[in-house]
Amino acid sequence: MNTVHKIKLALIVPLITIASGCTSLGVEPWERDLLAKDAMSLTSSPIDSALDDHIYFSKEASSGGKGFGGGGCGCN
Amino acid sequence: MKTEKTNIKAALTIATAALLGGNTVTHAETVSSNEDSNWEFDSAFLFYSEADRVSASEVILNAKKIFADDEILNLKLTIDALTGASANGAVAQPRVQTFTRPSGNGQYDIAPGDTPLDDTFHDTRVQLNGQWTQAVADNLTASGGVHISKEYDYLSLGVNGNVAIDFDRKNSTISLGFSHFQDTFTPEGGIPKPFASMLIGDSSAPTWDDEFAETRLGSEDDKTTTDLLLGFTQVINRRMITQFNYSYSMVDGYLTDPFKILSVVDDNGVAQDYVYESRPDSRAKQSIYAQSLYHFDTNVFDVSYRYMWDDWQITSHTIDSRFRIPLGDNFGRESYIQPHFRFYQQSAADFYQPFILNSEPLPAFASADYRIGEMTAFTIGLKYGMLVNHGHDLSFRLEYYRQTPTDAGFDEPGVLKKVDLYPTIDAVIAQVSYSF
Repeated sequence: MNTVHKIKLALIVPLITIASGCTSLGVEPWERDLLAKDAMSLTSSPIDSALDDHIYFSKEASSGGKGFGGGGCGCN
Repeated sequence: MKTEKTNIKAALTIATAALLGGNTVTHAETVSSNEDSNWEFDSAFLFYSEADRVSASEVILNAKKIFADDEILNLKLTIDALTGASANGAVAQPRVQTFTRPSGNGQYDIAPGDTPLDDTFHDTRVQLNGQWTQAVADNLTASGGVHISKEYDYLSLGVNGNVAIDFDRKNSTISLGFSHFQDTFTPEGGIPKPFASMLIGDSSAPTWDDEFAETRLGSEDDKTTTDLLLGFTQVINRRMITQFNYSYSMVDGYLTDPFKILSVVDDNGVAQDYVYESRPDSRAKQSIYAQSLYHFDTNVFDVSYRYMWDDWQITSHTIDSRFRIPLGDNFGRESYIQPHFRFYQQSAADFYQPFILNSEPLPAFASADYRIGEMTAFTIGLKYGMLVNHGHDLSFRLEYYRQTPTDAGFDEPGVLKKVDLYPTIDAVIAQVSYSF
């Protein structure tokens, strides 16, 4: 096996691994014990998020991204 | 009981996140039929205080009801009060400076070397949100909401809508959101003319009111904000979930801050005049956002990254991370601590400048508002939460926030070399939350 082949193999093997990994992404319904926890929800504390969004919207030039970054107050 | 509580919490997350415009409708799958149709409440009190500047207090009460078919009604009341001093945009000088208040009634002096702050800021705001979320078909959840926010000088009305489609055993979710806000600004003293000179003198003089009116365009102006949000959520495995969002935001109308001015300085950096700022009347923002949560044996790591860019040439990077560590029953109750770290960096808007040189022609737009200048900021914080009687949650959060505005490469003539043009701002955030 020459060097070019080795490099090709080095590139292809991870790709196949990733591709096959993609097909097995996700869990069965009975495997959601950890995902169902409060701490694993994407917005684990909506109140904290609302307060933080308001602070950073008022003090910085960016907003939103996770949710809507729209208007709502005259603080900026 | 434990399962039911998880369901309620998950539902609360959906409804409130939808209120916030989030697309975490993803978690609808964790809500099962819930016969208990009692109201659930989340409440919080937050105190925000900057050293020598603004202080704000904010109260939130969120009420949520899950109906028999898993429809979720969410109602939220937010009240906040703001007092204190805010940078008016002018640069510090080696001499005393005098400025006119935004209302035109009276003046205030700033000591040599101090960053000019207008200490007349005070406002109270009341905000109401309502959101309805329900399944409309198998694997399809829809949500719609309304928003109203009223301040002494500001009114904001908004609507939003969100749909989320689950597939692959609900391991993947695509969501699409839309929101629209209609805001009306009626600032005290009216809307200043762009680049009009701030009138300074005897505000009790008989000609004052007429002369002040000369610097004004009218009493109110408005703006609209339209946001589109496209999201994709993927469960990776039993321990990991990820989210990717793209958002587009279009803001049209009055985007200038009527209370902000710029110093007009001579070649020696000495202020000769103060003029009201002027910003473009539209702004298109875009952002990409990625978030991942990973459940270790007991701890949970939550990290997100946002890249934002807009047609004002502002770009920003935000990294936000939390690490939740359960403490078990060490203190006699089930509890956890959660360190928080946030890093933020933005580049300046193309029309940002800390002052105007009187030897150069006026630009089309200019603002010295440090919030659209080059800046780095970080937040470090700690949250302690515990389960108290009847499964209620009590938590405390304390954070430190520092903004460090930086020089984007502006020359500082003469006396401006001796003053601080980019002062740092330190703030403390303290919060108590109770869910019942």
